[in-house]
Amino acid sequence: MSIAPPQGFRYIGKKRRTKEDPRFVTGRGRYVADIALPGMKHVALVTSPHAAARIKAIRTDKALALSGVQYVLTGAELCAGTEALLPGVDAPKVTRYPLAHGVVRYAGEWVAAVVADTRALAEDAAEKIEIDYEATEYVLDPEKAVEPGSPLVHPAHGSNVLYRRKFVWGPVEEDFARAEHKLGLRVRWGRSATVPIETFGIAAQWDPGQQLLDVWASIQMPKYPDQIARALRLPGNAVRVHFDVDVGGSYGVKRGIKHTVLVGYLAKKLGMPVRLIEDRLENMRGGDMHGPDRIFDLQLAFDSDGTIRSLKIRALDDVGAYAGRSPLQLGKPVGAIVGPYQIHSVEYEPISVMTNKTAQEAVRGFGQSPTNYALESGIDAVARHLGMDRIALRQKNFIRKDQFPYLIPSGTSYDSGDYHAVLDKALAAADYPALVAARDAARKAGRLAGIGISSCLEPSGGNSSFEPLFNPKNETTTWMDSCLVRVDLSGAITGVMNTSSSGQGHETLVATVLGEVLERDPDTIRVVHADSLNALPSNSPVGSRMAIMLGGAAAGAARKIKAALLAIAAHNLRKDVAELEYHEGSVSVKGEPRQTLGWAQLVEIAHRKFHQMPPGLEPGLQAKFVWEVPTGGGLPTADGRIQMYPCFSFEAHVVLVEIDPETGQPKLARYACGHDCGVMISPDIVHGMTFGGIAHGIGAALYEKFAYSDNGQLESQSFMDYLIPSALEVPALTIADHCTPSPHTTFGQKGSGEAGYLGAPAAIACAINDALAPLGASIAELPMTPLQIWTRMQLARAGN
Amino acid sequence: MSDDRVYPVSIEVNGTLREAQVPARLTLVDFLRDTLRLTGTHAGCEHGICGACSVLLDGEPVRSCIMYAVQADGRKVTTIEGLAQPDGRPGALQDAFCEAHATQCGYCTPGMVIAAHALLETNPAPAEQEIREAIGGNLCRCTGYQQIVDAIKLAAGKNTGNAA
Repeated sequence: MSIAPPQGFRYIGKKRRTKEDPRFVTGRGRYVADIALPGMKHVALVTSPHAAARIKAIRTDKALALSGVQYVLTGAELCAGTEALLPGVDAPKVTRYPLAHGVVRYAGEWVAAVVADTRALAEDAAEKIEIDYEATEYVLDPEKAVEPGSPLVHPAHGSNVLYRRKFVWGPVEEDFARAEHKLGLRVRWGRSATVPIETFGIAAQWDPGQQLLDVWASIQMPKYPDQIARALRLPGNAVRVHFDVDVGGSYGVKRGIKHTVLVGYLAKKLGMPVRLIEDRLENMRGGDMHGPDRIFDLQLAFDSDGTIRSLKIRALDDVGAYAGRSPLQLGKPVGAIVGPYQIHSVEYEPISVMTNKTAQEAVRGFGQSPTNYALESGIDAVARHLGMDRIALRQKNFIRKDQFPYLIPSGTSYDSGDYHAVLDKALAAADYPALVAARDAARKAGRLAGIGISSCLEPSGGNSSFEPLFNPKNETTTWMDSCLVRVDLSGAITGVMNTSSSGQGHETLVATVLGEVLERDPDTIRVVHADSLNALPSNSPVGSRMAIMLGGAAAGAARKIKAALLAIAAHNLRKDVAELEYHEGSVSVKGEPRQTLGWAQLVEIAHRKFHQMPPGLEPGLQAKFVWEVPTGGGLPTADGRIQMYPCFSFEAHVVLVEIDPETGQPKLARYACGHDCGVMISPDIVHGMTFGGIAHGIGAALYEKFAYSDNGQLESQSFMDYLIPSALEVPALTIADHCTPSPHTTFGQKGSGEAGYLGAPAAIACAINDALAPLGASIAELPMTPLQIWTRMQLARAGN
Repeated sequence: MSDDRVYPVSIEVNGTLREAQVPARLTLVDFLRDTLRLTGTHAGCEHGICGACSVLLDGEPVRSCIMYAVQADGRKVTTIEGLAQPDGRPGALQDAFCEAHATQCGYCTPGMVIAAHALLETNPAPAEQEIREAIGGNLCRCTGYQQIVDAIKLAAGKNTGNAA
């Protein structure tokens, strides 16, 4: 494929201010907690103190006796009045409702909801609710949970295993038999998550006259309105979600179905507007926002020259007490299971297991970052085994730029890339020889220092193919997105998008794309978020898809507008469209610039002068475009091969770490990331998300963990225990851009919303282990906290 | 426990004297957001760590989530709205945040701007490490801090006539 840098764009790829920033910097964003409905009541939650218990009695009279308390809802009523929430896989006996009924399955699970005139009164009343529990057996260790005889989180399901399958793609055993070397390793990804600074919130109001539930929420969830309506036993058009609410960060986790069903039920039942804004404890304990918690067992088969022939991965994921979409996070990595490497065959055994912990939800990358960490740990292990340079080993196994499109064993075709060039750029940006000199000088002076390398893919824009892959009853093969464009009588352009945004700058994306196609200044284009009853189909901003899918939809709609303008001009200038040219909204006869119809004239014809309209063209000037994922949609083969994502961004990380020899505190002394997401529509936005992804990855690698005590209590319940990196832990970051356009997309763009996070944990882990290597120590578990590093240093120095 | 007693407070907020009768347990952030409807100040953790609720109290950045409204009686409070131009458009520091694209979701942004404003008031030309220390008590989950640091450098450059 010939790869040329993007040329000739008017607005795409240029430094431009974003449309969203002015309202945010002046405090004029509109978040869910800013929605004040007249007469609104507030919810506080009563939660389980036990990891597992039977609920014997709930006494609410003292709470209800308090002035200002409106209602106390418990599981018995809610379960009778709503449908169970849908699990992501075929596990119908793993039932779930927003409130526990009969039993509790984790400490922090919601047992009762109090509605009162203020949040403070609701919390007062929550303390007055008395619940008798009978503690039962629980299981916290996922390896014990898969064993026969383990306490069952959902006895009706008959097992703690939610999903398990062994995929074999290609001649794995033959490749292992032929390989000159084999090795195995175990690594563990700790339980962390995205933990947005805004907790989840939802406000709802029922209008009995219209039989309509209005919802305002801090949401990032595909098919959200449909799922609420289904659970509340309402027709889909009886729920109206207002997508114009600014979402204060999500990065995957803000799924909020159980919160919304609870609050929607209360609003309808009580006939009052009701709001639930999680406090931080509710958010971290019962808010369903823990991420993957995985044990990986890897085996690699390779030759003495470094050629990696085959790979076996067993991934045991502890998803907590309920299903949700969490098992599917083991599915996304199927689409990039060999990473950026030419690996001939793969065996993959994902196992999703339930324990008595907070339920898992989607986290940035949807399971890809843990898998990348495991794969990169395997590559480093091969390098150590062979005594080969880590960079040279990666370069040897990288798919070459002349091999695209490249079909991997699990059935996905990678679109494009130049992995060697991007790694080279990252090494140059980090000044790799200087990095090596700095590390070696530190070691010579008796300090601990190490260099980390990682390279990985960011699958983007997919059609949720892990759903049919992991659940044959689910035949989802489209994951479309849409845009509506209107040009009003004044000639102003409005783009309508159909979901909420949580910081990705979609208004800027749509305005830039519409401006590019229509050759109009994006600053003059307004972009609004339709409510769900006005919206065209959308699947929300998940899976690094919006630049591809919303960008493609906006371009498609803008091209229809342009075609309409050309048709109007052709009719009035009495020419064929082929004889005309479009320039900044005006249409002229080629070579005869005086024969021109300007933007205002064309718009006026469309809106007012039907007698000047060409036959068959609708009056007014608007167009919608619904775009399917560009590689289409299909069901998996019997052996589980599927084109999972259309576009594959690539990133290479290079990091220098120094470790304080007294405290074990790591310091990131230098950090560079080479990044290729094709054509960047808004470079500032892409860079910002990549910087943020790296910072998030630093947290996952070194600091962040939802730790549990032996009796199932969550020990990281506040920001004093769950440590999010600050500006002092995150160093100055360098990003080196590269552009390999995607052949599948409108402008050559790929996705980038999960960038940085996908490779940073692997690179930092690699650097820590390089630093510990002179002591003969290593760590195979994230987060590699300062205490853990210090402990390994002490053990190594004591000769253990 | 619930207590119906209220106490008079008189607080100058963004240059305007605001008087109200408030319960003792009403936090300053709830007073600003719910009573005055100044919703630019955000509650993030409500235990004094994340800094999203930062406001200036007599010019000093404080956490409005771990302070009661009654404690601000007789004091001057500046919120993010108070740093904008009178017509609501971004002030100079806020404009630098726009130029550097120092926000994504915008939720931590008001606290960041407050922290940066307090820094630049006392140190008009801070070094990068001083900027990082000044915003070290404000957590951001979107940006990795890079473009925030850039924005503060940009604003500082304009302060001192050395626009970056």
